[in-house]
Amino acid sequence: MSNLWLDFEKPINELENKINELIGIIGKEEELKKLRKEVDSVKKKVFSNLSRWQIVQLARHPKRPYTLDYVKRIFDDFMELHGDRTFRDDPAIVAGIGAIEGKTVILVGHEKGRDTKEKIKRNFGMPYPEGYRKALRIFKLAEKFNIPIITMIDTPGAYPGIEAEERGQSEAIARNLKEMATIKVPIIVFVTGEGGSGGALAIGVGDRIYMLEYSTYSVISPEGCASILWRDSKMAPKAAESLKITAKDLLSFGIIDDIVPEPLGGAHRDVSKMAETIKSKILKTIDELQSIPVSELINQRIDKFRKIGKYKEK
Amino acid sequence: MFFKKKKPLTGKKKDIPEGLWLKCKKCGEILYKKELDNNLWVCPKCGAHFRISSKIYINLLFDNGEIEELDVDMESIDPLGFPKYKDKLKNSKAKTSLKDGVISGKAFIGGFPVAFAITDFSFMGGSMGSVVGEKIARLIRFGREQRLPVIILTSSGGGARMQEGIFSLMQMAKTSAELALLSKEGIPYINILTHPTMAGVMASFASLGDIIIAEPEALLGFTGPRVIEQTIRQKLPPGFQRSEFLLEHGMIDMVVSRKEIREVLISLLRMFNYAGFKSRAS
Ligand SMILES: [Zn+2]
Repeated sequence: MSNLWLDFEKPINELENKINELIGIIGKEEELKKLRKEVDSVKKKVFSNLSRWQIVQLARHPKRPYTLDYVKRIFDDFMELHGDRTFRDDPAIVAGIGAIEGKTVILVGHEKGRDTKEKIKRNFGMPYPEGYRKALRIFKLAEKFNIPIITMIDTPGAYPGIEAEERGQSEAIARNLKEMATIKVPIIVFVTGEGGSGGALAIGVGDRIYMLEYSTYSVISPEGCASILWRDSKMAPKAAESLKITAKDLLSFGIIDDIVPEPLGGAHRDVSKMAETIKSKILKTIDELQSIPVSELINQRIDKFRKIGKYKEK
Repeated sequence: MFFKKKKPLTGKKKDIPEGLWLKCKKCGEILYKKELDNNLWVCPKCGAHFRISSKIYINLLFDNGEIEELDVDMESIDPLGFPKYKDKLKNSKAKTSLKDGVISGKAFIGGFPVAFAITDFSFMGGSMGSVVGEKIARLIRFGREQRLPVIILTSSGGGARMQEGIFSLMQMAKTSAELALLSKEGIPYINILTHPTMAGVMASFASLGDIIIAEPEALLGFTGPRVIEQTIRQKLPPGFQRSEFLLEHGMIDMVVSRKEIREVLISLLRMFNYAGFKSRAS
């Protein structure tokens, strides 16, 4: 993991290298203790003061846990379910049925893939229409058997390609937005990494929307925005500031319901701890939502989106 | 006869741009503007559809060009403090005499009352920020409460309006949720897609019609062709993402010339009427 430090983590990296050199050397115990204290305080300082662009980098970190990393740790039992029953199985979206502490739960999430081969197979987490259609099929399955739904969002966006357009990328996304609004079971949404525009929202309509501390959610990528605004994708850091795409931003706008805290240094530094936090959030929220009558749940869900928007009227 | 064919309606004089002559982008023919206007801004030689304002659409779609406009006073603010957004809004307002990118309200088509909205490309590309999203959502609700067929015509190249960030993205969910409720009430929803309708608009309310009509050769899709070309590093086939391409791929019901859209709408409304759909107001 040591070769995967981000630029702004350099002071932490240097201290940890020093610590590694001293481990096990007799007579250096005091110095080691001091350094460990120091690295802790430097970490806290760096991570309490991240710019939006630094958070983008954490959200896209190559070691960032993906949906299946969480599934392995959160579920006691899980079976992946495949295919949209129409065209093919899109590996950029994973779906399945599983159990968490005796509760049956349906999960749908983007999956980016870890190594090069898997990334290509999963199209870097960029779904085709059939990915969204698989998601919808599984949502309907959940509704039929009264099973709560968890979704995990982590995508650069819906795939921009010829076949995606031929098969109706717009229609697939639009239909999910419409159908998810009135699905008769609780839907809990976690933005775990990159919330890339319509391709993210297409599995993002729910009763509770949570963002991991260092995740992002945006109408356009900072690079895309920078290209349009300043004709220079290198202005992405500035675009990230303008777009206001962090969990803190979205909470302050009243768009998400809560921020899920990450382990110090980001989710990838302690995946088990991150999974544990998500798991307890899931269990608590399911209890909360299952106590609401279904018709009321749907009213509240639609109302939540109705209220989003800033404008003036005379 | 249930309805009378009227003389073709034309745009008002004040909506005709400066200068007397215009060159057709498709066939190169030099056209007299007044003649073009009389022909609903369709090239008499090659049939190319020129982009027109929401005002001209109101004239050519609705009985006597009359509407009762809703939410007239709604205006955008700058929720993110986004670079240059305030100036852009100011310039667009001055240029178009619109308050934002959509007009909505109630009108009649061949005597049938409808709830309608028309997005206008000339206002920031017809993109959807909070105002467009809210007005569309309210219009759909209005249609549900009044039991009026909802007809939405789009000319929205910009998709979700970048300058309002996440607020714009969420309008996709808001408008689609209202359509879910409309659909459960069995009220017809018709889309008319015109050049161009893309991204966040196409991936929400513009793709959810019971019937989807498109003008010929309109650019319709999720990702813009330039971005697709950059991503896949190859030239796109001719006609890609045009109305006829979507028809062929099963994404829309019909491609209809601008000159015939009104008549097609009247026929559809009549058939829904015969099938038992009754507006509260009719
Ligand atoms: Zn021509």
